[in-house]
Amino acid sequence: MQAPTKAPVNAPKRGKAARLWLQVKRRWGLYLLLAIPVAYVFLFNYVPMYGVTIAFKKYKIKQGILGSPWAGLYQFRRFISNAKFLQILVNTLAVSVYSLLAGFPLPILLAIGLSHLVSDKYRKTIQMITYAPHFLSTVVMVGLINQLLNMHTGLLNRIIEAMGGSAVNFLGKAQYFRHVYVWSGVWQGAGYGAIIYISALAGVDPQLHEAAAIDGASMWQRILHIDIPGILPTITIMLILRMGSVMTVGFEKIYLMQNNTNISLSEVIETYVYKQALTASKPDFSYSTAVGLFQNVISLILVLTTNFISTKVSSYGLW
Amino acid sequence: MAQAHPVHLKKKKLSMLGQPGDRSFHVVNLTLLTLFMLAVLYPLVYVVACSFSSAYAVITNQVWLWPVEFTLDGYKACLKHHLLMTGYLNSLVYMIFGTLVNIVLLVLAGYPLSRRDLPGKRGFIMFFTFTMFFSGGMIPNYLLVKDLGLLDNRLAMIIPFAFSCYNMIIVRTYFTTNVPEELLEAAQIDGSSDIHFFFRIALPLAKPVIAVMVLFHGIGHWNGYMRALLYLNSSSKYTLQLVLRDILLLSNMTTDMMAQLDDSALEEMQNAMQLIKYAVIVLGSLPVMILYPFVQKYFVKGMMIGSVKG
Repeated sequence: MQAPTKAPVNAPKRGKAARLWLQVKRRWGLYLLLAIPVAYVFLFNYVPMYGVTIAFKKYKIKQGILGSPWAGLYQFRRFISNAKFLQILVNTLAVSVYSLLAGFPLPILLAIGLSHLVSDKYRKTIQMITYAPHFLSTVVMVGLINQLLNMHTGLLNRIIEAMGGSAVNFLGKAQYFRHVYVWSGVWQGAGYGAIIYISALAGVDPQLHEAAAIDGASMWQRILHIDIPGILPTITIMLILRMGSVMTVGFEKIYLMQNNTNISLSEVIETYVYKQALTASKPDFSYSTAVGLFQNVISLILVLTTNFISTKVSSYGLW
Repeated sequence: MAQAHPVHLKKKKLSMLGQPGDRSFHVVNLTLLTLFMLAVLYPLVYVVACSFSSAYAVITNQVWLWPVEFTLDGYKACLKHHLLMTGYLNSLVYMIFGTLVNIVLLVLAGYPLSRRDLPGKRGFIMFFTFTMFFSGGMIPNYLLVKDLGLLDNRLAMIIPFAFSCYNMIIVRTYFTTNVPEELLEAAQIDGSSDIHFFFRIALPLAKPVIAVMVLFHGIGHWNGYMRALLYLNSSSKYTLQLVLRDILLLSNMTTDMMAQLDDSALEEMQNAMQLIKYAVIVLGSLPVMILYPFVQKYFVKGMMIGSVKG
């Protein structure tokens, strides 16, 4: 099997380019298949990237993207010097970091707990039920929050009152907004989020558990020294992916949860971008695009940085 | 995949064979998991119970677990809503055709990129993966749809932004691991072309991953509302989610809905609204929740395939 040395000896001294061309010609069918997604992605992913240039312009609908005059960093300066800039940035980071801190560990614990459940049947039941909320749409989810946290008829307040407490106005006071947003997200996503760790745990060598049990290790010790190290690569990758999106909250849920009382805490970059361009009386496309780009670039830097640190420290990276 | 099960069973037995002190672990574990399950389950059961109760029972906090003063009033009122059925139909159409576009793109990109003998493969992969890290964003996307003349057009719900690089990588990995090299070699010796091989052999072998992708994308189309919010104006084209938003969150209820309920005094209407909202929550999630138990394992499978190579 010494394939690499064979070809150059006998082959006529044809140019590298010619040989490559022959290979390409032979695979024409594959290129034909690829042509459709390539053209598609060019149109729907790369053309909007070009559209980002309006962030550096003063875009006017009549003049189009090409015809509008350049404005340099004007739009970015406008955003940074805007009175709302700091508030929006803090809101975005607060909601996102809080979601990460509250939502990241629970699926891991859940997966470990489930993997050591003695009854297979009960494990499947728990999985079935806890995955379910993931499949509720955002609109239904927010409707559910509104119903269940209602001051007078909401289930949560009824339970609080039944236990002797007094009802809390979860939806009517801004101070509760972040908690409601984050913990409803945990309620909805923790079960489903555990799947990836359950599959990672299934890959942990059972002989390790066997040996440890024989040597007298307790369950707690086995979890700490076998399970956790076993799924550490998965945890790292998931963390990297989450860190990359620390600057993004996700438009759908927070936009639906916004109201006049919580707007000072619930206005994040995405909702701001949407409103400035599409619901404002004077739509400002360039400004909105600049705000969105500001977010995208920071996100990109975050992914690359966390990945770099992770590959240096633990050798688990995305690529 | 095939080996995962026996390994798992073996581990289960090991869990039981632990130290004497492990009993406390199992008790704590079982209790916590059960509590979490109930915390997820109870609100869902409560909503269903409310939706079948009378408006009066709901507003006076009589419902805990079972419907009180059982009635279908809430549902009858919902069905009176002129847009709900339109929304259902629209969503169904957008979901079917939108998913079709997703799948075509996934396999057409995923298969060639799974082939080792594709010159320039690296370049193509970079071309696609770049979209994972950087995108135009909401406004440039909106302007593109606008420039293509697709605003307030049903096609805007189906055609644009249908390529998911993350899922393409899953499909590609599936092709790489499940279409044996020998099969390709044999077909090539027989003089079969790449296109022929793709349609006749590779694609049928990829049915499981395609099924998973249909579910992922199908549920995405069904549950998403942002695209409709951005690109649709006329209510006749609204998706179910936008209609639900109208009823649930903006409390836009038509008078014909209210007329369904016996008393039409203003206070009664407020009460009825609570009931209608519970019924709408159930109606809105019904299709997915009915299908969910049957397709659940495919979602899990999909997550597993995806986690093989993050």
